[in-house]
Amino acid sequence: MDDLLYKDMILDLYKHPLNRKNLESFTTEKKSHNPTCGDLVTMQVLFDDDGKVKDIGHQGEGCAISQAALSLITDKVKGLTKEEIIAISEEDMLSMLGIPISHARMKCALLGWNTLKSMMSEL
Amino acid sequence: MKDSLKQYFPLYTSSPDLAYFDTGASALKPQVVIDKIREYYSSYGVNIHRGLYEASDRATTEHDNAREIVATFINAEPEEIVFIYGTTHGLNMLATSLGQELKKGDNIVLTAWEHHANLIPWQQIAKNTGAELRFVDIDDDYQLDIEDAKKKIDSNTKIVSFGHVSNTLGSLAPAKELIALAKQVQAITIIDAAQSIVHLKTDVKKLDVDFLVFSGHKLYGPTGIGVLYGKKEKLAQLSPVMFGGDMILDVSYDSAEWNDVPYRFESGTPNIAGAIGLGAAVKFIESIGLQHIQERETKLTSYLINQLSSLPNVQIIGSSNPSKHHGVISIHIPGIHTHDIAEILNRHNVAIRVGSHCAMPLMKKLGLPGGTARFSVGMYNDEKDVDTAMTSLKEAIDIFK
Repeated sequence: MDDLLYKDMILDLYKHPLNRKNLESFTTEKKSHNPTCGDLVTMQVLFDDDGKVKDIGHQGEGCAISQAALSLITDKVKGLTKEEIIAISEEDMLSMLGIPISHARMKCALLGWNTLKSMMSEL
Repeated sequence: MKDSLKQYFPLYTSSPDLAYFDTGASALKPQVVIDKIREYYSSYGVNIHRGLYEASDRATTEHDNAREIVATFINAEPEEIVFIYGTTHGLNMLATSLGQELKKGDNIVLTAWEHHANLIPWQQIAKNTGAELRFVDIDDDYQLDIEDAKKKIDSNTKIVSFGHVSNTLGSLAPAKELIALAKQVQAITIIDAAQSIVHLKTDVKKLDVDFLVFSGHKLYGPTGIGVLYGKKEKLAQLSPVMFGGDMILDVSYDSAEWNDVPYRFESGTPNIAGAIGLGAAVKFIESIGLQHIQERETKLTSYLINQLSSLPNVQIIGSSNPSKHHGVISIHIPGIHTHDIAEILNRHNVAIRVGSHCAMPLMKKLGLPGGTARFSVGMYNDEKDVDTAMTSLKEAIDIFK
């Protein structure tokens, strides 16, 4: 498959998402909405005693781009502190995806990153 | 279809390969509408009413003409036509005004397929007054269940308001039956004609409906203009909810008397260019012939549904009978989010609309959290557009297989 956007990695993550689960106990939870897709995502984060992410889960419905991005960002932040998560930039998120994101799809690509960032700032 | 109508729409000059399937959101504008708006702004672009000079007199005359053109189009009288900003505005006006009379114990009957514009205003009224909201359900063929309507409409029903054609399913409401049921209990009837006005001949007298609302931009007219039709005696009983200039007869520091119907509902300087442009749009439709448009669209809808049904895994969210679709065909492809469908179609210059179509409760009811991918047709669509759409849909299916 030589599709620039729907690369195998993106499609794999869409079909087999990472960390797509409900946490039984968590430190913080946030529901977020992507007005372009009209979709809802719920993210949950559990911190350990050292203030590092012990577990993270996300649920909801979304397009291939938003779902792949959610898988990537949730995997990336495991073991990180709140401050380290806040330090992850938009560029970092987009380079993790590694695909050309059009203006119309930017909200999909950044849904998880945005949600997580505002969750951390609210802590 | 050899007799293309695309030539009348200048957007096809700049984008000749565009396969536009989003008329349900907004129809493209023909050159004559653009010319008419330009003519207003360049030749007599001033305010209407009481301007005792030539340009204002012309603007007033053109604005009045537009009201007459629209009235004739739906078989109403000019004084029954209130110019508004769009369907949402009209439904909010009606809910706000009629809602003042409601109390606990009363009920408002809507349908399961309402656009948010015909749901949320009533939700607000229900919250404020304690009135109950009821929803006529849909059956397995995505049509309104008239037997359910008979149960929902009762002696406490004060308002029956429904979308004439579902903007998601394309189904047509049994308007006459619903209105007859409402009349038995003296309920006020309202039709949201946003989706039907462009596809079906609308005759308010035959429908015998109290109020009917639609938007100009879905009727090949400009944005920011719409129409609230009300029976003369019903408009006379309706309290205005927006106040200011032009809607008054006499004013003192303490009180005001309302102007005649329909002017009492048109406070402030209206969208003059919009109304005049809408008049031009209606004249354009009449010159092509609504029946001719309808025949073309029916044929094309059939072709589109047949083609869609031949693709693997594509589910039509709506009746399997093409004749029960009025300009709208929604699909769901398991395993492909609607947004990804739209993205891949856009690569081939195919414009569709995806998501919940401002009908979130219906999407939840149908178990479609990602909504549907919606094709909506206009007079300009042809089989080539459908073929392009099919090629791109096949590509989407292939990418996600």
